[in-house]
Amino acid sequence: MTDTSTRPEPARAASSTTPLLEIKGLKIGFKTQSGYVDAVRGVDFTMMPGERLAIVGESGSGKSTTATSIIDLLPGAGEVTGGQILFEGKDLTKASAAEMQAIRGRDIGYVPQDPMSNLNPVWSIGFQVEEAIRANGVATGKQAVRERAIEVLKEAGLGDADQRLKQFPHQFSGGMRQRVLIGIGLSSRPKLLIADEPTSALDVTVQRRILDHLESLTRDYGTSVLFITHDLGLAAERAEKLVVMYKGRVVESGPSKEILANPQHPYTQRLVAAAPSLASQRIQSSIAPSHSHGLEISDEGADDAELMARARQREEAGKADADYIRVENLSKVYSIRQGGFKTTELRAVDDVSFSIPRGTTTALVGESGSGKSTVAKLVLQLESITSGTVSIDGKSVGALRGKDLFDFRRRVQPVFQDPYGSLDPMYSVGNTIAEPLVTHGIGDRKSRQARVHELLNQVSLPVSMVNRYPGELSGGQRQRIAVARALALKPDVIVLDEAVSALDVLVQGQVLDLLTDLQTELGLTYLFITHDLAVVRLIADNVCVMQKGRIVESGTTDEIFADPSQQYTRELLEAIPGAAFEFGR
Amino acid sequence: MPSNTTPGLSPDHFVAPLEDTPLRAVDAVDESEKPRSSWDDAWDAMKTRPLFWISAVLILLVIVVAVFPQLFTSTSPTSGASLPDSNGGPESGHPMGFTLQGLDVYARVIYGTRASLTVGLLATVIVTVVGIVIGSLAGYYGGWLDAVVSRIGDIFFAIPTVLGAIVLMSVLPSRTPLTVALVLSLFAWPQIARIMRGSVLGAKSSDYVMASTALGVSRFRILLRHVVPNAITPVIVVATVSLGTFIVAEATLSFLGIGLPSGVMSWGNDIDAARSSLRVAPMPLIWPAAALSVTVLSFLMMGDVVRDALDPKARARR
Repeated sequence: MTDTSTRPEPARAASSTTPLLEIKGLKIGFKTQSGYVDAVRGVDFTMMPGERLAIVGESGSGKSTTATSIIDLLPGAGEVTGGQILFEGKDLTKASAAEMQAIRGRDIGYVPQDPMSNLNPVWSIGFQVEEAIRANGVATGKQAVRERAIEVLKEAGLGDADQRLKQFPHQFSGGMRQRVLIGIGLSSRPKLLIADEPTSALDVTVQRRILDHLESLTRDYGTSVLFITHDLGLAAERAEKLVVMYKGRVVESGPSKEILANPQHPYTQRLVAAAPSLASQRIQSSIAPSHSHGLEISDEGADDAELMARARQREEAGKADADYIRVENLSKVYSIRQGGFKTTELRAVDDVSFSIPRGTTTALVGESGSGKSTVAKLVLQLESITSGTVSIDGKSVGALRGKDLFDFRRRVQPVFQDPYGSLDPMYSVGNTIAEPLVTHGIGDRKSRQARVHELLNQVSLPVSMVNRYPGELSGGQRQRIAVARALALKPDVIVLDEAVSALDVLVQGQVLDLLTDLQTELGLTYLFITHDLAVVRLIADNVCVMQKGRIVESGTTDEIFADPSQQYTRELLEAIPGAAFEFGR
Repeated sequence: MPSNTTPGLSPDHFVAPLEDTPLRAVDAVDESEKPRSSWDDAWDAMKTRPLFWISAVLILLVIVVAVFPQLFTSTSPTSGASLPDSNGGPESGHPMGFTLQGLDVYARVIYGTRASLTVGLLATVIVTVVGIVIGSLAGYYGGWLDAVVSRIGDIFFAIPTVLGAIVLMSVLPSRTPLTVALVLSLFAWPQIARIMRGSVLGAKSSDYVMASTALGVSRFRILLRHVVPNAITPVIVVATVSLGTFIVAEATLSFLGIGLPSGVMSWGNDIDAARSSLRVAPMPLIWPAAALSVTVLSFLMMGDVVRDALDPKARARR
């Protein structure tokens, strides 16, 4: 076993031999116009009292469907079509609506995925907590319910709970809302808590704090926890047992550490190999690097003067290359209207300086609100610069207008975060990729078509894709189309704004490999914006850590990961789920 | 759960046999399905609904009647009046009876279709084009243009279409289908403009617009190529429904005697003419009114079907 963490084994896990939850041959189908579509095709697993189990899988694997079926909350068209869900020996698939209602909340708690939409914005937090307490019969009487509500919020880690009760969801941050939801889920001391991606919408450091808190609470109460997650690292760190799902089936299950150290099923092996962790190194390109911008020294007998001149030339080229993209004292101030005629200033980016050598990747890391995406927009000239300069290849981009700006667009291309938003749903794939070529008047119809085919090959998608529409493609495929569009004009620089954050681990790995290969092949320079330090390790040469609009630390990736000098950077690094694990690779 | 017997693994480590779930390549492309645009999806959603086919057939019929009225009757709607037949009941060759003037009701209903439909179509086209242009410019460029256009729209919006049309029509020197359509459009465009503006505001803040900007596509071209096509669906829905309401508005104006001049055959005029003898002979009023209702209803039904097909949220609620 390669586990290096020092978590004590749960005391209750072995104390009982009757399973708390037993799922046998569970099948779930969704009714559509053309009959049932199977989402879950025979799932078995068992949970003992006090145990923590994590279901891991990519989107569409049926993991959330399995979890919601336990508390009979399948979305509209879903239906259990076979198998049993035994909770303390009672088959929940046969329970009546009234029986389910009694079990839900009281015996089985649920923490939903999205803290932003799962609290009703028109009711105060106190009202919603009290509602749950009353519904589960934990306390009766106005005073008792109120006191219990305060207790619940205190347990959930909200300090001034009695004040907080009167507040409304919009006054809470995402992390605080998730604490409230966890508090509600645990308010009646359920035997089982289902946590469906409880922290995937939160920043990594917040995620870590909340999971730590959830862990200590459930350990105190002896609650079993069923985690649903796409993150193998998180699953292994937080649960003793893993169930790996793929296309509606369990492909592998067992003790977390053993599965990670010794994955048996090829799918699990793939997942483990793709999981970004601290143990991994920067992805090496499978293509031999080209020397398109290096000067070769001929070994013919040249005289000294010529050699000296060439050496000097190379040195200068190297110097220019080191500052290929140069950002100096960059600031961006937004004025926010405060009602009436008052405005306040928000310094989204505050005196930021860094430079990126040609042909390398610099990652800009930070949590939401750190100003990293604003830097990307300033570099792309999608927002105007308040003060400071951004120069690319010695040319300041802030002053570009008209024709110069148009030429700049040709050399600097973006890939955005949301693969569902960045492609026009009314444009076919072919038109989308050809758009930059048409815009810049490159080639005729025929040569453009050839270029589109070439680009599709470059991002490993079949040529038959040209007639498809974004709505038919998966997130990873859309992101590869976005990369193809960015490459169409043969740019020098690509700004990737959270370009892989929305993708499943395997797809993410595939896109990162692609980006690395393209960089080597085409000598591209990347500015890589992300909140995920684990990904940074895989792709970046240099890292700048941003906090509240400022760069707090920068250096090469190896330096930052080996020896972070700032407390904030250390926190970020520690928060990477599964950081303490060594994966079996 | 089957236990595992592979050496070195704990007994509760379960591994599914590979043949149960054959592994596919990561993020493989399904090439078997035919490519489809969102318009294809809308068409698929529409063609399965009986209501679509009923309203489509009715609309088609109304259009054919309007273009080729002589195919449906050989009786002249304006000549051959026989006063003895005034307000007479149906007889052979005259299935719907006669008007007060002794003209054939069936022929008048058939020939009246053209005026009603012309006004409805013209007004819809004008309103839609004007509304889309003004609404998208206001929504896309914003600023003072938006402020001015929105306030002007509000002024017209505050005046009820029919009331405004009554006032304006009563002072107009010439009254033709075109002038009626223009007057109706004058008071109806703000509705479409508002919808288009809202829809454009939503579309212009999307990531694909930012992506195109970063590609160097000009602002106006982005409006034409990306924003308008993505913002237009709610307008199409409202336009289909409003076609019916314009036909009603024309009939209302003609009924009040200030729409089309009495020389022009239209359902509204005929309803007005039959009003005086409604108690003795209701049929000359009921037939054109029924034609009006069926036409309007078919456009409203079509609007409903189109909305369901284009707006998945409305479809889910059904």
